[in-house]
Amino acid sequence: MNVDNVLDRILPTVSKPGRYTGGEWNSVVKDWGTCDVRWALAFPDTYEIGMSNLGLAILYDHLNRLDGVLAERVYAPWTDMEQALRAAGLPLFSLESRRLLAEFDAIGFSLPYEQLYTNLLNMLDLAGLPLLAIERDERHPLVIAGGGAVYNPEPLADFVDAFALGDGEEVVEDITAAIREAKHGGKSREVLLRRLAQIDGIYVPRFYEVSYHGDGTVAEVQPTVPEARTPVRKRIVAMLPPPVTRPLVPFLDTVHNRAAIEIQRGCTRGCRFCHAGMVYRPVRERPVQEILAAVDEIVANTGFEEIALLSLSSSDYGQIETLVRELVARHGDQHLSISLPSLRIESVSVELMEQLQATGRRSSFTFAPEAATERLRGVINKPIADEDLLAVVEEVYSRGWKTVKLYFMIGHPTQTMDDVAAIVDLAMQVRAVGRRVLGRKAQVNVGVSTLVPKPHTPFQWVPLAGEAEIKAQQEYLKEYLRGPGLKLNWNNYQETLLEAVLSRGDRRLGAAIHRAWQLGARFDGWSDQFKVEAWRQAFRETGLEVGFYTRRTRPLDEVFPWDHLDAGVTKRYLARDYEASLRGETRLDCREQCYACGILSAFREERAKLPQEAWGCPPV
Amino acid sequence: MNHPPSSQDTDARPPQQRLRITFAKGETLKYISHLDLARTWERVFRRAGLPVAYSRGFNPRPRFQIAAALPVGVTGRVELMDVWLTESLLPDDVRAGLQPVLSAGLEVLEVETVDLRAPSLQSRMRAADYRAAVHSQEPIEAIRTRVQALLEAAILPRQRQHKGKLQNYDLRPLVQSVDVEAGHGGGCTITMHLQASPQGAGRPDQVLEVLGLSMVPHTIERTKLHLDFDK
Repeated sequence: MNVDNVLDRILPTVSKPGRYTGGEWNSVVKDWGTCDVRWALAFPDTYEIGMSNLGLAILYDHLNRLDGVLAERVYAPWTDMEQALRAAGLPLFSLESRRLLAEFDAIGFSLPYEQLYTNLLNMLDLAGLPLLAIERDERHPLVIAGGGAVYNPEPLADFVDAFALGDGEEVVEDITAAIREAKHGGKSREVLLRRLAQIDGIYVPRFYEVSYHGDGTVAEVQPTVPEARTPVRKRIVAMLPPPVTRPLVPFLDTVHNRAAIEIQRGCTRGCRFCHAGMVYRPVRERPVQEILAAVDEIVANTGFEEIALLSLSSSDYGQIETLVRELVARHGDQHLSISLPSLRIESVSVELMEQLQATGRRSSFTFAPEAATERLRGVINKPIADEDLLAVVEEVYSRGWKTVKLYFMIGHPTQTMDDVAAIVDLAMQVRAVGRRVLGRKAQVNVGVSTLVPKPHTPFQWVPLAGEAEIKAQQEYLKEYLRGPGLKLNWNNYQETLLEAVLSRGDRRLGAAIHRAWQLGARFDGWSDQFKVEAWRQAFRETGLEVGFYTRRTRPLDEVFPWDHLDAGVTKRYLARDYEASLRGETRLDCREQCYACGILSAFREERAKLPQEAWGCPPV
Repeated sequence: MNHPPSSQDTDARPPQQRLRITFAKGETLKYISHLDLARTWERVFRRAGLPVAYSRGFNPRPRFQIAAALPVGVTGRVELMDVWLTESLLPDDVRAGLQPVLSAGLEVLEVETVDLRAPSLQSRMRAADYRAAVHSQEPIEAIRTRVQALLEAAILPRQRQHKGKLQNYDLRPLVQSVDVEAGHGGGCTITMHLQASPQGAGRPDQVLEVLGLSMVPHTIERTKLHLDFDK
C-alpha cells in the first residue's frame, strides 16, 4: 500500500491534517537501510500535546545521535483520522519516513499521565499489532513505555513488554544495544526480554507473578525467572546530559509552541501530594553557563520567539537571579520572551518576572498555594503564611499584572468545609488587594482541582475524597466564589475518579482498560471525549470495584502493587512523612536539612563520584 | 529596581527597506494553514538573523505580509510576500541568507526591493490561476460539457465556512475562466482563473466540486497571482 497516495486522499477530509505530515524544522530523517535499530517514539495524545513534551524531545535527539540508530515519531491520531485510517485500511505510520509502525524494532511510548492508557492500546491496534504482550513475538516491534506514569505500570502490564523507570537518556542506549544483539543473534523475544530484565531500571512485568489476599489486596509479587530482580530501581543520570539544542519547530500551533530548556531536574520541597517531587529526586541543576550557551544555540537553531526555563520549582534554582539577569542582557532586545513557570509565592518571583517581562503586556501571574488555610498547607507540606501570600500578591498587582491565577486542590487529607470556605475568603482577599491597587481591572482566576493520591508519595495511603463530598464542595465554591473580577474553574469528578483508579491500580485493571477501549474510550484526558459510560460498563463487566482502588484508607502495612518498583524514596520514609502530615508537621526544603528520604543511599555510588554540589542534597 | 533597556526602543526603529519575496509552498507544507505559514516564515527570518522591523505597541509583531492565503491542500508555485527591514540589505544576500534555514516545503525564487510606500500586496490582488491534475477515468468530453455548463450558469450557489458558520454565496462571479485538457499520464488538467481580490476569492476546490470531481483523486497548484500593477 502506498502511504502517500492514501494520505493524499484522506488528509483533505480530516481536521488539522498538518498533524500527520511531518517535515518540521530539525526533524531527523535517517537512512532506513543503514540503521539497524529503528525506534518509533510514540506519544499517545494529540500532536499538539506530544510536540510540547520535553521527554520525547530528549529521547528523539539522543537516539538520532547514535550511529546505526534512528528514531521517528508518531502521535495519537485524532478521532476523525482514526476513522479515516481504519476506513482506508492504512495502518499507523511514522511521521519521518512514513513507515508502518510494525516495521520498527521498538515502539517507545511516553506516558506522563494515566489518561493515555486507552490511546496506547488504540495506537497498537491501529499499527496492526496484537494488544497483548504475550501474543507478540520477535516478528513484532518491542513495546516499551517510560515517563512519570510508569512508576506504577501495573495497569498496563498486559500490554507493554518492558517499562523503563526513571531518567531515560542512558537506559535507551542499553535497550538499543540489547535489541541490536538480539536482532543479529536471531534471539527470540523471550531471550531479549530476559536480557532487558537485567538492565538497571527495566521492568518486564511478565516475569513477575502477583498473588492476592482474599480481600483483594496484594499478598506478594514474586519474580518467576532468575533474570527478574526485585525491587527494580529507577535509573538516574548522575548529571544532566547536555540539553537538546536542535528541538523540533512545529508548523502547527502546539500547546507549548516554544523552545524549552530544563534548568533543573527534581525538587527538594517535598509537597506531600506531589508525584513529580518524590520520583524525580535527587535535584540536579544545570550550570548557568551551560544554560546560557544552550539558549543562544536554541534561538539560532530554531527561530522560536519564546523559550521556557523548565523545572519543578524555578525559584529554587540556585543561581536563578544571575541566570535571568544574563538572559535579559543577552536577549532582551531580540523580541524573545522567556518564560519561567513554577514560581514560588515569594517576592523574588515577582522581581524575576518583572525583569523577564520588562516590556509588553503583563497579563497574568500564577501561584499555586494548593490549600487555603495555614493549617492545611502544613498538612500538605507547602507552608506559607496568608499575610506573606497577600504581600506578594500586592507586589504583583502594583507592578502592573492585572490577573492573579491561584491554584488549589480540594480533597486533601484532614480537609474540612472550613478549608474549602477559606478558598473563597482567600480569593476575596486577593481581589480586595487587587482592587485597592488597580481598581476594577483587578482579576482573580481560581482553579480548583481534586487531589488524586499518587503512588510513591506520602499520600499513597489516602483515599480519594467521595463524589458527594467533592460535589458539595464544588457547589459551595460555585455559589460563593463569584462576582466581578472572579473566575472559577473546577474538574469533573468522574474524570478525577478515572485518574485515581488508574494511578493506584494493579494489573487486574488491564481487563477494564482493554474493555473500555473496545467500548470506544479514547482521549480520556479530554473532557469532550471522555466516555464515562464506557468505563462504567467496563468495570461492571470485569467485576472490578472502583471504590476498592480509590476510596479505601490503605493500612500502613498494605503491600502495594508498585512496591517492587523503587523510585529511590523508601516506603518507610513516605509512611513517616504521611504520619507527620496528620500531625501537621512540615519538613522544609531538604537542601537545608536531610530527612533521609532514601535517595542518597539508593544512589550512593553515583553520588560518591560527583562533587558535593552536583546534587541538591546537603552533606550527611 | 533598574529596568533593563526597553525593547520599545528597537521597535521604534523605522523600516529602511521593503523586500518582495517570491516563493513556492510545496507538498510538505500544503496542509499547513495560512496562519501557520506566517509563523513558519517568522521563524525562518529569525533563523536567518534578518533585521525584520516590528510593529509598535504592547504586542510587537514582525512586519511582513503574504499576498494571498492558499487554501489548505493546495501548493503554490509563485507566491508573494513583502517584508520590512530595519536596515537595507542586498536582495541577493537576503536570498542567500534564507536558503540554508528554509523549512522543508519552502523555496525562495526571487528577492527584490520595492518602494517602502507602495500599496500593500493584499490590496493589489485581483486574481489567481490554479491548475488541478485530476486522475479521472471519465472521457474528457464529459468533463468539458460540465465545464461549459458551469461557465453558462447564471449563478452557482455554494456554501463556505465563515467565522465558524456556514454561509451561502454565489461562486459564479468569482470564476473568470475554466479550461480542461487531457493530462499527460491520463486523466485531465483543469486550469482556472479565479477572482482573488479584497472583495472575494474563488476557491479551486469548490470549482472541482461543481464539476463533480472533488472526490476523484487530484492535486491542485496555484500557478500565478495577478496583481493590478501586472497589466
